[in-house]
Amino acid sequence: MKKNTAKSLQTFVLELAIYSVLVVGYFFLVLHLLGEWLYWLESQHRYVYAVVALLLIAGQAVALDFVTTLLFRLLRGRSR
Amino acid sequence: MFFPISSAHINPIYLVVIGFLIGILGGFFGVGGSFIAGPALRLMGVDWNYAVGTDLAHIVGKSIVAARQHRTLGNVDLKLGLIMALGTIGGAEAGAQLIQALKRAGNVNTVVSVVAIVVYFGIAVFMLWESQKTLRQYSRNRSGTKGIKPKEDRSAFGAVTQKIQRLKIWPTISLPVSGIRAISLWTILLVAFVGGLFSGFLGGGAGYIRMPSMVYVLGIPTHLAVGTDLFEIIISAGYGTFSHAVKGNVDILIALVMHTGAVIGAQIGVVATQYFAGPKIRLAFVPLPLIGVAIVIYTLVTGQKI
Repeated sequence: MKKNTAKSLQTFVLELAIYSVLVVGYFFLVLHLLGEWLYWLESQHRYVYAVVALLLIAGQAVALDFVTTLLFRLLRGRSR
Repeated sequence: MFFPISSAHINPIYLVVIGFLIGILGGFFGVGGSFIAGPALRLMGVDWNYAVGTDLAHIVGKSIVAARQHRTLGNVDLKLGLIMALGTIGGAEAGAQLIQALKRAGNVNTVVSVVAIVVYFGIAVFMLWESQKTLRQYSRNRSGTKGIKPKEDRSAFGAVTQKIQRLKIWPTISLPVSGIRAISLWTILLVAFVGGLFSGFLGGGAGYIRMPSMVYVLGIPTHLAVGTDLFEIIISAGYGTFSHAVKGNVDILIALVMHTGAVIGAQIGVVATQYFAGPKIRLAFVPLPLIGVAIVIYTLVTGQKI
């Protein structure tokens, strides 16, 4: 039981580490590139901005959920 | 990191950590976590109107992840969630209009802060009283509270809930997934409207109002209330995000950064619900609004940013 818990924890920490690297990359690539454009959109075209904002947050949710699930499956498969 | 939309300088690690903590709370309690996120953004110098709108956007993303996980555990009543979404949208629009009126009057920060303190404090006191009373009832009936099985549920407020369910104002509907034979549609819509009003006014999905209301007023089991609330929040917070974004109250860049932490947190929170009974989840809920109260009072009194 203790061995299983330790293994799960190890997998989780590894998942978190890989996820952190991906998130940092995401900050620099996507947010940096989108920042200026979103600022312009927010000040010039509010309705378009509102739709884009919703699409971005929903899209990110689906994408990150997919990434974490995939990471978890891959790491769990390897730890067995 | 500079966020040009709200003109705020915020460390992205701070946002990710806040998102992570709120994600855990959201997955476990079915709340948006605005009582933490709103004040946490205020502490970084983000104006209340931006804190409210941005928090809503972040909640949409987090709720998609958490509701999907709860659905796989059978904790979502889709019929109830869709009906509640209608009432919530009406309430959210009314709340957003109130914010606009206060912005024009120039006292949005003070009024929202005072209302937040009163509401958060009231919820904490009520849930402390109810969950402790319920757990004492369990203790009297058995040898102790340790024997309560996960997913087991009962409420000391049950008698009042049954009286509300007996109000057969036409039209009535059945909610088989939640174990309710008949309940007035108006009761559901009213609960949803009040939740939506607070959602638009104070920000977040207003799970801090709606999750307890679903348990105490509608009589939904706690685990189902958590999952259904999250599903409903996707629709209502989505509408709220759009409405606030059009009014210039959303910094989507802040929301996107917060959400990267919330994804992991939400998954941990959902798994944790499987190990706790309803009254214990409600008792554990109590400190959360109080933390929100403390942060709002601190910001209001000192006017300081951390």
